[in-house]
Parts: sequence; structure tokens; C-alpha cells
Amino acid sequence: MILIGERINGMFKDIREGILNKNPEPIQYWAKRQYEMCAGFLDINTGPTVEAEDQPAVMEWLVKIAQEAAQLPCCVDSTNPAAIEAGLKVHKGKAMINSTTADQWKMDIYIPMAAKYNAAIIGLAMNEKGVPKSAADRVALAMEIVVNCDMHGVPMEDLYIDPLMLPANVAQEHGVEVLETLRQIKTLADPPPRTTMGLSNSSQGCTNRKLINRTFLIMSIANGLDSAIADVDDDDLLDAVAAAKILMNQDIYCDSFLKTYRSR
Amino acid sequence: MAVTIAKEKWTSKVGEMELGTGAKAIKVGGETSLPFLHFEGEIPNRPVLALEVWDMEPTEWPDILKKPFDGVLADPVAWAKKNVEYGADLIAIRFMSAHPDFKDASPEECAATAKAVADAVDVPLVLIGCGIDEKDAAVMEKVGEALNGKQCLIGCATEKNYKTITAAAMVNGHSVIASSPLDINLAKQLNILMTEMNLPTNRIAIDPLVGALGYGIEYAYSIMERARMGALMGDKMLAMPVICFVGQEAWKAKEAKSPDEETPEWGALDKRAILWEVVTTTSFALAGGSIFILRHPETIKHVNTHFAKVMESNAY
Repeated sequence: MILIGERINGMFKDIREGILNKNPEPIQYWAKRQYEMCAGFLDINTGPTVEAEDQPAVMEWLVKIAQEAAQLPCCVDSTNPAAIEAGLKVHKGKAMINSTTADQWKMDIYIPMAAKYNAAIIGLAMNEKGVPKSAADRVALAMEIVVNCDMHGVPMEDLYIDPLMLPANVAQEHGVEVLETLRQIKTLADPPPRTTMGLSNSSQGCTNRKLINRTFLIMSIANGLDSAIADVDDDDLLDAVAAAKILMNQDIYCDSFLKTYRSR
Repeated sequence: MAVTIAKEKWTSKVGEMELGTGAKAIKVGGETSLPFLHFEGEIPNRPVLALEVWDMEPTEWPDILKKPFDGVLADPVAWAKKNVEYGADLIAIRFMSAHPDFKDASPEECAATAKAVADAVDVPLVLIGCGIDEKDAAVMEKVGEALNGKQCLIGCATEKNYKTITAAAMVNGHSVIASSPLDINLAKQLNILMTEMNLPTNRIAIDPLVGALGYGIEYAYSIMERARMGALMGDKMLAMPVICFVGQEAWKAKEAKSPDEETPEWGALDKRAILWEVVTTTSFALAGGSIFILRHPETIKHVNTHFAKVMESNAY
């Protein structure tokens, strides 16, 4: 289970201010904090307040200072291809691109980029028509991404399909479809692609957000989820993941399993 | 269309342990693949073979096992030298005399024997107690001190006595054998407890308490396989070399003792008994065993022939 720390995102006030004032402190604080909280990747997103033409420079700066603070790879997150490529250029280690959809024109940009920079890539099971309602339609879009990755030589272990979870308070019927999608994605290729999801989406606008996130994460792990972009600053979430890894026979049990999960 | 060969991509490696000092020092572990799959990773070190030396004459050993040590069984130093001649990579001294049922020898007496053997041979030493937890702790404290800096492998540490033995190893620069009864979860937990005392992970050897061929070999085999896969997938608390006490198990087997006239259909005893130790060893080597504690010198010859073959690169 690879946790991708969601916190370095210009949508958060402290990060936004850090970007505007060129102050690395909040970014480096969250890089370190998320490292301590078992993140395997740092999601890096400039946020919507940065103008499109400034995004590449801001992304480059964010990736550099985040990797100075914590030895973690980054999940370079933007809707702007130039910003993503700017992040990949300065990135140390194996990065992850966040993300392409199943639209051909987007796949034609991002998948060759993943191949060029030897980066992993997140593929969203959606296209310009939006997020499909059914598992079957999600899986069909996932297959488009699988085929395109294969054509460009991006191995399945580097492709993370996101079945797209929507908030429980507005799109309740999507939960079971997402779980079914996770199961079916594992049948699309051998070896199968990996899976991920934006976990906090599941609880957007809800009460008891951490409980909803944690519960859905564990349900998803049981259905084949390999990674998640999540709020990792949450001890209960980490404990639940540690227990899930034991119950899924992914980690070998020992009495100190909560502690060993946290040790790097 | 070209066929893509599927190869397992492991992300982690087994810790590499160094034993002994000087020209005869050896390294074990360090693998980045399942045993002998040179095409999937590195197998930097050949498994190593130790022959046992007891600090008192073994009374219950069968004749076939006593014969190669004629005249030295009561003299640990001479016995150890003989083992080196026979090609042992290490010498395993078993302080049987410390057992309350035998001579109840003091830790100081054991330390004197250890020192004498260490002065007489230059191969690395494995120092093993008599199997009584409290006594072994007391013995290892003294023996460990007497051989300070020799980078020995001492044990066996159990959940009852690991604190004293780990401390003795840390102070004197030795590595520790961590024993747990055929239970991967307990093995992992014991490794955690020992590393929490700040013993580096590459100074622990896992002893899963193996059984011999025909006597539950498959239990230890599966535990070793599972531990190795865990280690290669990043479980640091199982990423240690495995030590197998094969001699003591193989020579307990009926097949290693039953005389020719009782079981003629089993073949000649002198060949059969040794093969029992050989096959138990090679089986565990294929499961990931790195250090083998043996009893018969012939076993060393057979097993080394096998190891030479499996250590040949099959990378492609």
C-alpha cells in the first residue's frame, strides 16, 4: 500500500501563502511530516491560484524544495502539461505523473512523457464526458489507458488506474461501482496495472471525514487498491492500513505490527 | 514477436553478515533474489558450512559419526583443528558441558575452552550454549567477552534470554542467533526486540529450529521461503540470513541410525546416514538457508559439490 501525501497542494492556505511569498517553510514542513507519516510519494500541486504561465516555474520550485526536505519521490500533479514536465525535469528518482484521463489527446501527451522520464503515471477512468456511472464503463476507459501505456512501453507496474471515487453525500451510488472497478482492473492485463484513488474525495463536504476516508480505504484495499492519495497526517488511518496489510497477508504478522508499519 | 521473459522484480535485500576476522573471515547473506536465481538478482555469497565441536565427549553419537574424529573427541582444540582440515568454513563450539545434567560447567570454564579453540584455528566461530535459556545467557556473557572482537556468531537467543545475549554480542562485536520455534511471527517479533536494543539487523541470524528430512522438513522450508519473500519485498525484520542446525536433527533420524541388518531395503547405513545430512542441507539451501551446522565431514564434500553447481550463474 503506497500512500501519496496530499498536503502539498496550493488549495491549502499555508501552501498557497508559501508559494505566493516564496517561503519554503510550509512546503518543507509538510514534506517532512508526511515522510514521518509513512507517505511513499509527495503529491505536489501548485493549486488554482497560480497563473498557467507561472505554473511550470512554481512546480519546479515546489519539487526541488520538497525533495530537499524529505527523500521521497513526488507525484507531480497538474492539469498543465508544461508544469508537469517542468516538475519531472528537476525531479530526483522515479516520479509519478498525476494524471491523464482516457481522452486520446491527453494520453498522447502524458503517456509518452511518462516513457521519456521513466515516470509512473496515474490514469483516471474518465474522459471529457465525465465520470462514468457504472463499473463497466469505468473499466472500459481503464482499458484504453492500459492499451496506450502498452503501446508506449510503459510497464503495468508503472500505471496506476484511479477509478474515481465521488463524495458520499452527493454520489452515494458510486461507492460500490468503484469497488467493483478495482476488482476488474486487476483482470485487464497480466501482470495487472496498479490502482490508486483520491481518497479524500470520498468524504468531501461530509461530516466525520476521517472515518469515511479510513473505512473506504480499507474496503478498497480488500478489493485491490494498491495506493491512495490521502491525508496521511492521521494515526488512525495508518493503524487501519497496518492492520489491513496483515489481514490481506501483505505483511507478516508480529506483535509490534503497528510500529513496524511505521518504521522505514 | 519477441518473447518477454517474466522476471520477478524484488525491491529489497537480505542483510549481509560478516563473521570472523582476517583472511578466513566470511560473509553470508546479501541476496537480492530467491535462492540461486542469479537471473533475477545477486547471490553474492555461497552458503557456509560449520562442523560441530563439543566441549565434552559426546556419548550418544553413533560410531559412524565418531569415526572421523577418532582420538580428538575429548579434546576440543584438536577436534576443531581436525574440522578445519576437513574443510569446514566455520567451527561451531557447543558448550554441552554447561548443561546441569552433564558437568554443569561454569561460564568461566566455557570461556577458557572457547579461548583455546579460538587461538588454535583461524576460521570464524559459532558459539552455542547447552540449550538451557538462563545458563546459555550466563555462558554467552563470559564466552562473548573472552572472544571480544572475533566477530563470532553466538546463541541461541530466545524470547527468554535475548536481552543478555544481545548485550553480550553488542559489547563484544559478535552477531546473534535468534531462535524461535517454527513460527515466523515469533521470529519477526524476536528480531524486532533485539533491534530495539540497537543491535544492527545484519548481526542477527534467524534460527527457525529446522527438522530433518522426513521429520517435518517442510514446516521450516515454508517458513524460510515466506521469510525470504517478505525480506525481498522490504520486510527488514525478516531480512536476515538463516542458520540451520542440520547435524543435530539429521543424526537423530532413524534413517541415520538403523543398522543394515534391520533395514536392508534402505541401503548401506554408512552411505545412507551421511546422505540424510546432505539432503537435509541442500533442501534448506534451496529454501534460503545460509549457515549450516553439520556433524559429518563427508557431508561437507557432498554439499560443496552441490553448492559449486548452484552458485554458477544462470543469469540471462
